[in-house]
Amino acid sequence: MSMVMPKMNYLAEPKGLWSWIVTYDHKRIGLLYLAAITLFFAIAGFLAILIRTELLYPGQDIMDANTYNQVFTLHGAIMIFLFIIPSIPAALGNFVLPLMIGAKDVAFPKLNLASWYIYVFGSIFAIYSILASAVDTGWTFYTPYSTTTGTAVISMTLGAFILGFSSIFTGINFIVTVHKMRAPGMTWYKLPLMIWALYATALIQVMATPVLAITLLLLVLERWLGVGIFDPALGGDPVLYQHFFWFYSHPAVYIMILPALGIISELIATFSHKKIFGYKFIAYSSLAIAFTSFLVWAHHMFTSGQSELAAMIFSFITFFVGVPTGIKIFNWLLTMYKAQIDLRTPMVYALSFIFLFTIGGLTGIFLGALSVDIHLHDTYFIVAHFHYVMMGGTVIAFLGGLHFWWPKMFGKLYNETAGRIGAAIIFVGFNMTFLPQFVLGSQGMPRRYWTYVDAYQPLHAFSSYGSFILGLGFILVFVYLMHSLIWGRQAPKNIWGSLTMEWETTSPPHPHNFEEDKVLQHGPYDYDKVLIDRDEALTDYGYDTTTGEPGEHRESVAKE
Amino acid sequence: MENEGTVWLPPANSTIAEDVDGLFYWILDTSIIIFAIVILLMAVFTWRYRRRGKDTLTPAKDHNNFLEALWTIIPTGLIMVAFFWGFSGYMKMRVMPLEGTEIKVTGQKWFWSYQYEEGANLTNDFAVPVNKPVTLTMSSADVIHSFYVPNFRIKMDVLPNRYTKVWFEPTHEGVFDVFCTEYCGQAHSEMVGKVHVLSEENYAAWIDSVSRFGEDLPPAELGEILYVKKACVTCHSLDGSIVQGPSFLGAWERDIQLTDGTTAIMDENYLRESIINPRAKIHVGYQPVMPTYQGQLKDYELDGLIAFIKQVKQQTGQ
Ligand code: HEC
Ligand SMILES: [Cu+2]
Repeated sequence: MSMVMPKMNYLAEPKGLWSWIVTYDHKRIGLLYLAAITLFFAIAGFLAILIRTELLYPGQDIMDANTYNQVFTLHGAIMIFLFIIPSIPAALGNFVLPLMIGAKDVAFPKLNLASWYIYVFGSIFAIYSILASAVDTGWTFYTPYSTTTGTAVISMTLGAFILGFSSIFTGINFIVTVHKMRAPGMTWYKLPLMIWALYATALIQVMATPVLAITLLLLVLERWLGVGIFDPALGGDPVLYQHFFWFYSHPAVYIMILPALGIISELIATFSHKKIFGYKFIAYSSLAIAFTSFLVWAHHMFTSGQSELAAMIFSFITFFVGVPTGIKIFNWLLTMYKAQIDLRTPMVYALSFIFLFTIGGLTGIFLGALSVDIHLHDTYFIVAHFHYVMMGGTVIAFLGGLHFWWPKMFGKLYNETAGRIGAAIIFVGFNMTFLPQFVLGSQGMPRRYWTYVDAYQPLHAFSSYGSFILGLGFILVFVYLMHSLIWGRQAPKNIWGSLTMEWETTSPPHPHNFEEDKVLQHGPYDYDKVLIDRDEALTDYGYDTTTGEPGEHRESVAKE
Repeated sequence: MENEGTVWLPPANSTIAEDVDGLFYWILDTSIIIFAIVILLMAVFTWRYRRRGKDTLTPAKDHNNFLEALWTIIPTGLIMVAFFWGFSGYMKMRVMPLEGTEIKVTGQKWFWSYQYEEGANLTNDFAVPVNKPVTLTMSSADVIHSFYVPNFRIKMDVLPNRYTKVWFEPTHEGVFDVFCTEYCGQAHSEMVGKVHVLSEENYAAWIDSVSRFGEDLPPAELGEILYVKKACVTCHSLDGSIVQGPSFLGAWERDIQLTDGTTAIMDENYLRESIINPRAKIHVGYQPVMPTYQGQLKDYELDGLIAFIKQVKQQTGQ
């Protein structure tokens, strides 16, 4: 029995470029997002390599200080606003959310398409305003430094706000869809944890983004009416800007990480083939994190001259973000106990995530502790910490999710061996790049430095070499994924034997997701009751059913 | 007292550093233990429960309130230790000593200046006595900077329109790096100074000499020293190359094109105005980034600089 591509699928129907440009199909919109964020990730990643190359030695290596400052600004702004924030919710989330709850689409398909266009417009606007006025402020745009670069703060905040609007659209869509369009029988506690995470994320998006609008309004008032708000020359308070900035951007950090936690829950359950441990604890910990995320912004400002009382309160609350995060990690570990662990590429990413994200989380404790933070603030320790969380966390989870849903999205299987090697190279390269940066930082190396005192050189060089390996890893992943689109084998409905609903439709899915109306048959993690017979499908692909390893599969791919 | 740096931390050279390091290592050790537990469990389970054949049903055990309580309560307890320890250390940093040396610090693109009560006025490098508390009252002349001495474990933002304070008591003699840690533009990474910690006698002699420094030197010689000490060197070269500002080579008595369309001649008055009030006249082709030296140079020091700039012309004119 050999599988063929289902005739009626969303990739093939309807036809023509125009049908993609005006599509209301959440799956296609997800792919549009996927294409856009991949492009931005490649650009910002390339900038990162430039940064690391410049830092190989003190003094000028490949660019002068001004260029360097613009490059790291562009790297940060693109990665944060154009890549990470939309990566999981807008690209993967758009694709899987309706499928996972058995819906035909999101609640407001037109709004969904609008969000993509707003995102593209906002991205172009933001990049243009950075390039046009050669912005070199870092992605945080702190006043008053940023006000010396002409009107760039206003246009950058406007850019972030436009992008934020696209997040709000996606957020509203997800909230309403989850409330109104779940398949019959799918109660809240039968929702996959990915949905809980996306739901919590959507709440933050809708509530936090308006703060950007307020900031924007204040900036405009100051600039055009001369009301002193942030600019010390007008009697304003530059630190106030930092409060506004972080009041949005700290919750935004959780917009970036919460959906990643959702993906990991799915991967751990599916590839452990076991009922997830502590379902309710994981679900509620997402909401707890979303809630606390609004109350910790000033922990970015412990050295800004804020009052000691404020510092104490913010330090105290900050520590409590750690608890729900720890709860999730231990629940995942316990899920793996007495399980049946299948170490496929997505699972390799999930384990890699636990390793890296635990480091990211634990190093956060150093920064929450006031006296230690004074020493570490604005050093490479911070740089390492947030890369462990954002990249070791979100990007690794994103890749795990991408490899998990790839067969569903495109109906194609990628080369499993290449997948694992790619995951391993990225893991090694990542640690080589960022582990030394913790030491650099605790030794006192400040961030955003174009040059540095000689003592830091060996660790900087090591970190740079690591980043080159990391870059190669990403290129490899890109190459074999593209390869699979053309030469990959046809994927069955449920290659992983997963119990969530998106695996009950064809790969790739029907334009309306499911051919029939869905009714919930079993919970998303009922691996104690339900067994999907996927062995036949697997044998057909040359998988050895006793070891779960890919067998002649690769050769037969080569023959084709 | 321990004064060697470790892999993790630079040498601890102030009274508060030990407490900070203690907490740092406590968190590090605790984290390593927690991390080891997580990774060990993960590795053991991945190996022990690996998939060995066809899919089968797996046990339904999916919650355990005792375990959930355990891994909620233990971490909460641990972070409370970190919180209180960190807060108490922070309060020690924030309560200013009542006595000791007081220095006024100004951060400016892209150098630090230090104004002593004794009258001395220094740029980038400054000195303090060992084992005596020092209080810095800081403000910025332009954007936000941040004053950081890794070996002292202190850091404080330096803001325009507002004073912030930081204090330390050095415990060892030596020379330590001062970094700016709040991004402030092009030469942010070169906004690096040194703090010299001197013994009590050396400090007394030093402060005496810098307070009256240069009065007895020939003006041009004093100017040459100030050219480096006052950071003119970061922006003005002596060999004709253009850094941020025009080179001093052959500058004397040259015609200068100004952005307002007029011309000026580089004479004593133009020089003086350029240094005291640099925004008044801007040389065509340059950004108005030169900081003002108003209040930072005494009259005889200005004379010295002027004499020196004159001489850059003479030397090369030969
Ligand atoms: C941050 C860089 C910077 C520093 C530090 C700096 N300058 Fe300047 N300076 C400039 C720039 C740029 C110009 C040209 C723009 C202008 O006319 O203001 C300039 C102009 C001048 C001029 C006028 C020259 C001309 O051709 O018009 C003089 C004289 C001068 N500086 C002297 C000094 C002295 C003396 C010091 C040290 C006490 C110093 N500068 C420190 C950047 C700097
Ligand atoms: Cu600075």
